[in-house]
Amino acid sequence: MGENASSEGRKVERWLDSVLDSVDEAERLAVEMAEELGFPEDDLHKIGMAVRESMVNAVVHGNRYNGRKKVHLTVIGGQDRLAVTIGDEGEGFDLGALPDPLAEHNLLHQSGRGIFLIRAFMDEFEVRRLVPGGTEVKLVKYLEKKR
Amino acid sequence: MSAKLSSRQVGDVTVIDVSGRITLGEGSSNLREGIRGLMAQGNKKLLLNLGDVSYIDSSGIGELVSGFTSVANQGGQLKLLNLTKRVKDLLQITKLYTVFEVYDEEAAAVRSFA
Repeated sequence: MGENASSEGRKVERWLDSVLDSVDEAERLAVEMAEELGFPEDDLHKIGMAVRESMVNAVVHGNRYNGRKKVHLTVIGGQDRLAVTIGDEGEGFDLGALPDPLAEHNLLHQSGRGIFLIRAFMDEFEVRRLVPGGTEVKLVKYLEKKR
Repeated sequence: MSAKLSSRQVGDVTVIDVSGRITLGEGSSNLREGIRGLMAQGNKKLLLNLGDVSYIDSSGIGELVSGFTSVANQGGQLKLLNLTKRVKDLLQITKLYTVFEVYDEEAAAVRSFA
């Protein structure tokens, strides 16, 4: 746990409680790293929001605010990219089963836009099941010159 | 800073000035309770001024949608005023920009309820 510099860049790692304050902390850590890497203001907002939506999924839908479950956050700053992984200890979800929030009949649904926004704001988005349980999402944003 | 709301009457239109962040937790619940409270008092023409909203997440968007449908279901109207570029962009990529009536000028927005 903590921070270190390696060949892949600087890395920040945290095991966060399943509370909404952790959402703010993860957003702050990712945006701070992105600022250091030189991402423009508009991308900082997109990164912050994508991390925020992913953390909400982990805390609320994954760990369901369970005090015994943690969210594992890593933020890695490379030369040309920011990579964030967020892992929970929940039941997991089927990405393909999520309704399309842009479909006419879903437009007025109160929820269901989080993953869509993450995909819209980041360059890469991956989801994988963890063993023995849980879900990990990986978000990557490239600096403009490398895209 | 979580969303803060204050309301004022302009003719028969209730203008709700919102500032801060509308995000999951206190921010979105403040918005929900604020709209509910005004509807409970019989206000059916609601104009949500989002000019000082610095940030809105998917939960906040959900509260806007929920407010819109709740007011409409009770025979009222909820319209939006003074969107920042970021909020406008969010509503556009989620295809909600065409669902809401959006205004840049308060006087024009108030007149539209007539």
